[in-house]
Amino acid sequence: MTNTFKKVTESIDKASAWQQKYREIMLLGKTLPVLPDVLKTDDALVPGCESKVWMFVEFDLKENTLVVIGDSDTRIVKGLLAIILALYNGLTPEQVVNIDAYEEFDKLGLISHLSASRGNGIKAMVDKIQTMAQHKIS
Amino acid sequence: MPALEFDINKIKNDFPTLKQSINDNPLVYLDSAATTQKPQSVIDAINEFYTSQNANVHRGRHTLSEHATTLYEQARDKTADYFNVLSKEIVWTKGATEAINLVGNGLRSRFNKDDTIIISALEHHANIVPWQVLSQQTGAKLIALPVNDDGTLNIKQCSDFIKQNKPSLLTITQASNALGNITNLEPLIKAAKEINSLVLIDGAQGAMHLKPDLRELNCDFYVCSSHKMLGPTGLGVLYGRYEALNALDVYQTGGEMIDKVYLTHSTYRPAPAKFETGTPNIAGVLGFSAALDYLDTLHSSNIQQYENDLFTYAVEKLVSIDGITIYSNLSNNIGTLSFNFKDEHPYDLATLLDGYGIAVRAGHHCAQPLMTHLGLNGTLRASFCFYNTHKDVDIFINSLKECIDLLD
Repeated sequence: MTNTFKKVTESIDKASAWQQKYREIMLLGKTLPVLPDVLKTDDALVPGCESKVWMFVEFDLKENTLVVIGDSDTRIVKGLLAIILALYNGLTPEQVVNIDAYEEFDKLGLISHLSASRGNGIKAMVDKIQTMAQHKIS
Repeated sequence: MPALEFDINKIKNDFPTLKQSINDNPLVYLDSAATTQKPQSVIDAINEFYTSQNANVHRGRHTLSEHATTLYEQARDKTADYFNVLSKEIVWTKGATEAINLVGNGLRSRFNKDDTIIISALEHHANIVPWQVLSQQTGAKLIALPVNDDGTLNIKQCSDFIKQNKPSLLTITQASNALGNITNLEPLIKAAKEINSLVLIDGAQGAMHLKPDLRELNCDFYVCSSHKMLGPTGLGVLYGRYEALNALDVYQTGGEMIDKVYLTHSTYRPAPAKFETGTPNIAGVLGFSAALDYLDTLHSSNIQQYENDLFTYAVEKLVSIDGITIYSNLSNNIGTLSFNFKDEHPYDLATLLDGYGIAVRAGHHCAQPLMTHLGLNGTLRASFCFYNTHKDVDIFINSLKECIDLLD
């Protein structure tokens, strides 16, 4: 796992009470820059139900890495998005496909956020990144 | 009849789902507008059917089939009694949504560009989209009643609107699923009837809390869902004033609904049979039957009085929190509180409340036109039922305060 990811999620990992975990997630969300309104287009929306997530997955040809940026209108989903960004940003497609977000969320005690009923689009975000990585490899 | 005691502790105890912990906290279930919990007697009835009564209905001459048919038709009688209508006016569907679609399809051959359908912005998507489709298919005009900025209806204005536009169909909710606001239906139905319009009432939210007398209400169609009235999912009720019901074209076709079948054409049985093709949801019907029995033991007036008291208590507590905006009409409500805290996204608070074992809903509540009308992206919705206690309200309010603190 990248050092960025470890550093970013350290406080969540350490939090014992669920309240503290959410607090750390929301604080993490605050560290993400706000996406300008012009970028918050319907095309960039990740299909979700109860919250809005805008995400762009691009490929840096020179560095051979994925570049992911995004924003959400909710504090918690934005924090979860920050975790995903820390997990995958700046990695090569080969590295990306070898990182299982489910496993990492499980370790952080956040696996329930990937369930279908949550409707927060986290699963869709991960799918979008993985699809891009797969596409670049093949 | 003397007023019976409403023993809330005994009642709560009848609902096994409510006796659990969520995230190490006792469950406080405030999402009954989405679906109600089920009393043990309903669960037992379904279990009993599959354990010892299972047989198809209206088919066999054997003992099991005759017994199942009797129970199944008794459920129809009970439903008819509940709404004060005739048994032959009750059609089983798979939900309120299917019941609306059945009516929409049944009217299609009769509607054309000269017809007008009136809906309102308070409607659930289930009472909007089927009419958009009917309008697209037939050319009928689809228009909406004017709704006030606070989500209530100006009855005088709406009655005039109906008389001016002379609809062939007025279709409106008995109570808003997003806000809980109760519609003052009588004057609207009266206005529609003066111009011979058909009237459909969406009773998904109102059927249990308000127990309407449909004969008195004088609507042509009324739909509701078993699962929002303590019964199982997958079952709905369509009431149709017999003449209006029997005049609808058939929706789905196949076995059981036919009279005579020839190779190239068939004749159909009269309503309700002509709308009930295929093997029905027998277990669901028997479960719903037990739900109606349960509601009958509590008496609707007791339920309404208790729910009103609980709602008033919850409102009092909720308004005491700084920064809360309530969107529901507080004086005429089935027990649903739609609100936001400052400009916080409802998703965050609903997620945090879940940590405290509180089940509420966040979002647009399948009523996007209403949310747009109110200028909102969504709300938090706490919907109460008679099995909720004053202590539930206290836990909800205290937890909400703690969740708000977590946002700092």
